[in-house]
Amino acid sequence: MFTAAAAILVTMAIALVRALAGPTVFDRILAVNSFGTLTMLFIAVYGFLSGRPEFLDIALVYALINFIGTIAVTKYVTFSDLGYSADKGGSGDP
Amino acid sequence: MALIADIVSWICLIAGSLFALIGAIGIIRLPDVFTRMHGAGIIDTMGAGLILVGLMVQAGLTMVTVKLLLILLFLMLTSPTTTHALARAALNGGVKPLLDKKNDGEDEPSKT
Repeated sequence: MFTAAAAILVTMAIALVRALAGPTVFDRILAVNSFGTLTMLFIAVYGFLSGRPEFLDIALVYALINFIGTIAVTKYVTFSDLGYSADKGGSGDP
Repeated sequence: MALIADIVSWICLIAGSLFALIGAIGIIRLPDVFTRMHGAGIIDTMGAGLILVGLMVQAGLTMVTVKLLLILLFLMLTSPTTTHALARAALNGGVKPLLDKKNDGEDEPSKT
């Protein structure tokens, strides 16, 4: 299990490198989304490592916040607006 | 019996770690946004799935397994949604996918 935690940390570091070096903003969004998923996994594995599986609640909330944050950032980058705007940009329905 | 559960859990954890590392290599090495999404997909499905299944086997039939199942179900629902939204945003944002034939001689993998 320690091996899994170490591998998750290495993967997080690589995703962070892509988030720093990504040429477009979508590369950064993709890397940050993967980073959030890996953070959730690391919280779960660390809860098992330290013998306190109550950390899984935090992992669950982190997954929710990661999804909503990624969708919000994607929509903001696409439409330059967080509200619904049918007359502006985009390809049809949002 | 406990030994078998430990061995199965270890195999799942190690395989999940390997899949996560392969996905990370894909994210850092592939040339385009749309190809890097495949690496992120490997991390989201096989890496997270196998690691969570390994933790489930480790936990046994308790409330912890229910929480891990909830996390896995939520991840399987949200990861394709996020990838779809990101691909659509990238297409709307003017990123051209890398195709096999060069279009008009522009070799740049991405232009904003």
